[in-house]
Amino acid sequence: MRGAIRIEGVGKSFGDTEAVRDVSLEVAPGEFVTLLGPSGCGKTTLLRLLAGFETPDAGRLLISGRDVAGLPPHRRPVNTVFQHYALFPHQDVAGNVAFGLRMQKRPGAEVRERVARALELVQLAGFEARRVDELSGGQKQRVALARALVLEPEVLLLDEPLAALDAKLRSQMQVELKNLQERLRMTFVFVTHDRDEALIMSDRVAVMNAGRVEQHGTPDALYDRPRTHFVADFLGMRNLLRARVEAVEGGLARLACGELRFAARDDGGYRAGEEAWVGVRPERVRLLAADAAEPGAHEGLVEDEIYLGDRTDWVVRAAGTAIVAAESARGAQPRGRGEKVRLALPPEAVLRLEDGA
Amino acid sequence: MSARRQALLLLAPAALTLLVLFALPQALMFEASLGRRSAYGGIVHEWSLANYARALEPLYLGIFARSVGLAAVTTALCLLLAWPVAWWIAFRVPQRHKSALLVLLVLPFWTSFLVRMYAWIVLLRTEGVINAALAAVGMPALDLLYNDIAVLIGQVYGELPFMALPLYASMEKLDRRLLEAAADLGASPLRRLREVALPLTLPGIAAGGVLVFIPSLGAYLAPDLLGGAKGVYVGNLVQAQFAVARDAPFGAALSFVLALLVLVAVAAARRPLAAARAL
Repeated sequence: MRGAIRIEGVGKSFGDTEAVRDVSLEVAPGEFVTLLGPSGCGKTTLLRLLAGFETPDAGRLLISGRDVAGLPPHRRPVNTVFQHYALFPHQDVAGNVAFGLRMQKRPGAEVRERVARALELVQLAGFEARRVDELSGGQKQRVALARALVLEPEVLLLDEPLAALDAKLRSQMQVELKNLQERLRMTFVFVTHDRDEALIMSDRVAVMNAGRVEQHGTPDALYDRPRTHFVADFLGMRNLLRARVEAVEGGLARLACGELRFAARDDGGYRAGEEAWVGVRPERVRLLAADAAEPGAHEGLVEDEIYLGDRTDWVVRAAGTAIVAAESARGAQPRGRGEKVRLALPPEAVLRLEDGA
Repeated sequence: MSARRQALLLLAPAALTLLVLFALPQALMFEASLGRRSAYGGIVHEWSLANYARALEPLYLGIFARSVGLAAVTTALCLLLAWPVAWWIAFRVPQRHKSALLVLLVLPFWTSFLVRMYAWIVLLRTEGVINAALAAVGMPALDLLYNDIAVLIGQVYGELPFMALPLYASMEKLDRRLLEAAADLGASPLRRLREVALPLTLPGIAAGGVLVFIPSLGAYLAPDLLGGAKGVYVGNLVQAQFAVARDAPFGAALSFVLALLVLVAVAAARRPLAAARAL
């Protein structure tokens, strides 16, 4: 049970604003779970509830099987890596890392040894006597990490710890952090608004919106099958269409978005005559030559080309609707604006999305 | 114009003011402190260290010690009283009320220090407001005025804002996320105070300490108005040498010993103030 988290129907309001609404979530020991969402979605509040900086208005929080209600932050078996590091400016690197151990009144020899080990863990061995303001952003981040890890908490909470780093360092730290977590088998709860970061690092992702967890699951499950419009949008599904369900027959739903007619594999949720959101990933849209003889393919005109290095996104207008189709760099054809193409939406690539919160 | 000449030009008015109004009078005073009193209260310019030797006699050393004591206790009491107030304004009060409370803190400055000392006389004297209140509930009157406690009360009251404002300024700058981080790392409220809040507000404590200690060392008005006949402090002693005893050379020598004590106090506060720039 050490390192398990159980969140049961937790709610928290600030004045009239409901920051967290009836959230329930379980985290297994040693799991890397990410709370993903835009700013103001309640992810940081949920983390602060776990750390003990806020008290819930409703629900229960259990860490390692113990109800932590009424436990102030300094008595909780969790430690936090803060977004802006919050390193103590009046202490050197060793002083910062040793802070929690000194609070536990550990003997000096043990403190020195554990501080040295923690700094080694974050690849800052020998930085003990450095002043905090002499460190780069990445180094400060590592000190903040060592300061929390040295206490061997049951759960490590990370509040957008990589947000202030530049892109290159950030992707390097993502991998390092993930490796570290796997090595230590420590429960990590990680907060970010960066979808790629969440998908790269997490065992499981909980996508939050307006104080609620809209969907949680493994990164590939979320990516392959977003349940709601919000989740699909947040995970970067470029083609989100509001479609009319014209008929449901033979395992297929016949949909119309304006003049664009296409089919979706019926998941049991389509009702003829109603409207539904559907999503299609750009890489699942097939682009064909203008003269290709493919049944069900639509004629379209290339409106825009978005070159992304490893792939190219084409914006194609078909029957009045703009659809984004991705081609990998190797398969990409040279095309010009206004060029005629054909475009196919495979029924199994069209996903039905709930409206969500 | 070169940057150097521009700097010199900008500094000139201040330098001139300091020279004419500070350095020159100090030099004259120092020269006087080396002379001796003439029969009619003038200055005989025959240099010796006699006045300094006299200033270090046990009688006067005792008065210096009383003054250092008053300044130290005043500073300590101001710190104890102002710390919670500054903390409350910096951390507990909603942003929109802060400036109103800061105005309240400096409001006493709108009235002359002299008038405020007289106000304390009205409060403390035998037939004063406090004793009238005590009499109303059937308690005997207390001797509140014309003693060292009255001096201390007046001095603490007068200097309190000079402690509270720098303390507030340093607390306002204190990143409260550091306090959260300390709590997260297992520090109880008391240890958060000791390990984070105190060291990081040390510059404010040092600044407030200097601003309260130095004027209290040379305090003149509060001892003169609220103190007893026997309670002499250096400020009154110096004043008496010039105005009553007509011994300007000895008064000047006493002033320079006092200035030396001030320098020691400033030197003691230098380290924490330097630390402020590093933060």
